[in-house]
Amino acid sequence: MTTSSDNAVNYVRKTQNPKFLTLSLPIFAIGLLGLVAGFIVNPTQASFNLVVIMAWLLSIGVGSMFFIGIEYLSGAVWSVPFRRIAEINSSLILIMPILAIPIILNIHSLYHWTHQDVLATDEILQRKSPYLNETFFIIRNIIYYAVWVIFYFLLTYFSNKQDLTKDQQLTRRNTVVSAIFMPFFALTLTFFAIDWLMSLEPHWYSTIFGVYYFSGTVLAAISAFTYISIKLNEEGYLVDNLKPDHFYSMGALLFAFTNFWAYIAFSQFMLIWYANLPEETFWFINRGVGSWLYMSIGIIFVKFIVPYILLLPQPAKMNPSRLKFASLWILFAHYYDLFWIVMPTFSKERLIFGWIEIASVVFAVGTIMAIFLLFSKNRNLVPIGDPKLKRSLEFHL
Amino acid sequence: MEANSLKSNLYGVSAIFSDTKKIAEITHKVAELGYKNYDVHSSFPIHNLPKKMKLKWSPLGYIAFVLGISGAAFGLFLTWWTMSVDYPLIIGGKPWFSFPAFVPVLFELTVLLASVGTAIVMLFIIFKFPNPKHPLHDTEYMKRVSVDGFGIVIEAKDEKFDYEKIRSLFSEFGAEKIFDIYYSPEELNYKPKVFEPKFIVFLIFLVVLTAFIGYFVNNKLFYMPPFDFMLYQFRVNPQEESTLFADGFAMRPPVKGTVARGQSFYQFKGQPEEAAANLINPLLPTEQTLALGQKKFNTFCSPCHGWRGEGDSRLNQQFPNPPSLHTDKVRNWTDGRIYHIITEGQNIMPSYASQLSEEERWAIILYIRALQRSLNAKLEDVQ
Repeated sequence: MTTSSDNAVNYVRKTQNPKFLTLSLPIFAIGLLGLVAGFIVNPTQASFNLVVIMAWLLSIGVGSMFFIGIEYLSGAVWSVPFRRIAEINSSLILIMPILAIPIILNIHSLYHWTHQDVLATDEILQRKSPYLNETFFIIRNIIYYAVWVIFYFLLTYFSNKQDLTKDQQLTRRNTVVSAIFMPFFALTLTFFAIDWLMSLEPHWYSTIFGVYYFSGTVLAAISAFTYISIKLNEEGYLVDNLKPDHFYSMGALLFAFTNFWAYIAFSQFMLIWYANLPEETFWFINRGVGSWLYMSIGIIFVKFIVPYILLLPQPAKMNPSRLKFASLWILFAHYYDLFWIVMPTFSKERLIFGWIEIASVVFAVGTIMAIFLLFSKNRNLVPIGDPKLKRSLEFHL
Repeated sequence: MEANSLKSNLYGVSAIFSDTKKIAEITHKVAELGYKNYDVHSSFPIHNLPKKMKLKWSPLGYIAFVLGISGAAFGLFLTWWTMSVDYPLIIGGKPWFSFPAFVPVLFELTVLLASVGTAIVMLFIIFKFPNPKHPLHDTEYMKRVSVDGFGIVIEAKDEKFDYEKIRSLFSEFGAEKIFDIYYSPEELNYKPKVFEPKFIVFLIFLVVLTAFIGYFVNNKLFYMPPFDFMLYQFRVNPQEESTLFADGFAMRPPVKGTVARGQSFYQFKGQPEEAAANLINPLLPTEQTLALGQKKFNTFCSPCHGWRGEGDSRLNQQFPNPPSLHTDKVRNWTDGRIYHIITEGQNIMPSYASQLSEEERWAIILYIRALQRSLNAKLEDVQ
């Protein structure tokens, strides 16, 4: 067993901000202005976009927490130098309640199960109303955010404390926290997906939908984590002796979850297609109308075939520039996927992509950058107190 | 002494090291010194060792890729050929070639061929298994390496092989134990025999065992409780009596008024004149329709009407002969009138509606017209 003094790693915290985050505040400000303008001009469209953006940012936030939890539970060694980046990414969930407020204010234009006149004539919605009603919806969301925020504070608090105390016991404590977090994560993420995304079409149901959102969530979280890790490493913000083998594991995870997403997405499609029940197929039929058809076919290429080909060869998983491109591509693909899930409810006839969509994307990107800048300011970017850190730096395949 | 003869039988020098660090160091050194014919043994994979050994990039990845692609191609061919060409079945109203339904088969075959094929290639082509007479077999060295040691062997056939130098190199790096490994004369003179009596007995035993198990499972086991549950099901077999229906028949006729797929309801029931006036042959006398008509005529009509429709039955007077189809009466009938007779029957002739589809009935009429024309040809037919 190593003692804490053996863990001395030459990490020097830099005071200036990373170069790739310099424009974060202007981007965030432009995006926010655009989104506010969108809410003034067309509140319905802006709310739909905000749902997409929220699900996207939440994927990165909660997915990063899942990633941290998996690292503790599996005793993974390679990912230790990068864990702080996932922790900072998971701070994104702190702004989720703020993003949810304008959506909840606009809930009637988003979710038609909230309309009393629709409810009066629709027997299916009446039967679903013990679950799908506004009060319970808000209560559920408060529970989700409470769970996430509590576990976020526990995981990051112990991890930050370890930087100072170098106490090995804190790793064990975080392992316990992670073990408790996992079932909560599974339930909250599933119900979040059902509440915010599936109930846009309240008649539709797919029992695999929670897993579908989960697969994209982990993909998005790992891509954000990979991109930022490589960027920070290039700019010298991390410790010195990181090897391609470390980045290989990120590439392998991205590749694995790309396949996992395809497996789940295809399972969902094939069962609905095969059973051919009208109450399930209409969701896919709506996505085959007009220009939505091209987007539906495109998702196979954007989210599966392109990342698959990008990451298939073993050397590609060790190539930082290839990994950076692939992770940005997958982040885009996850946005594409969520857009494809949400927007056909808003615009049934054709695909729309106007300035509100662009503003919301700019806002989302700005948010990630700004949050990362904000939360990385007074923290070490490497968990220097972690007992596994030294072993992790010697990691090779 | 026999030292010299032993020397000539030397396979190589091996050494056991106690931990992974030491084996990594010695491997690095051996690779640095430029030895080519050496190998390292460990009971678990050691990270980075392949790099230290300067091994070539393994081709296994490409082999797995090619095998996977061929598995996918085979899966696609299998599903396409069986489901949409050779034996098309309507399943859930889907098209013959319904790709999403085939993807699971495709996926499984890809995984199966890639994994099993890669394992086979690795074991039997790259590792050249089985090799029961390898000099390392049954040595003290191999026993240690399979349990807790990490070993390295430098083979005598290496160009730089120097017995004393290697021994001192190994002990210098802290070898726990150094073994010389010899070919046994038995191994050197080993010639594999295929027809070894043991092997033959084993094969016979295997055949008998397989046959017995097959016989037992198929003829005995499946008729014993609880494995016989498949025999007793809530169903009735064809021709069986049923207690459910009042008339006692298990096989049910179609509901009255059922029209089969691709058929239409015959609207001139018992109205030959209306049929004659209203029905028009939808087919044109092409080579294809005439061939169909000929085939169906020969199958269904010719037993009584004769090969050429002359009323010369092939039934040797066991059945009354029908009149010829070449009389003026029949030749002046419209197609609809003949169609009516095939569909409804006439006098002693039964209805052929259940044996012949509408298209086939019309094709037969075309063929009858051709027969009539052949016996009553006009002058311009010859010209």
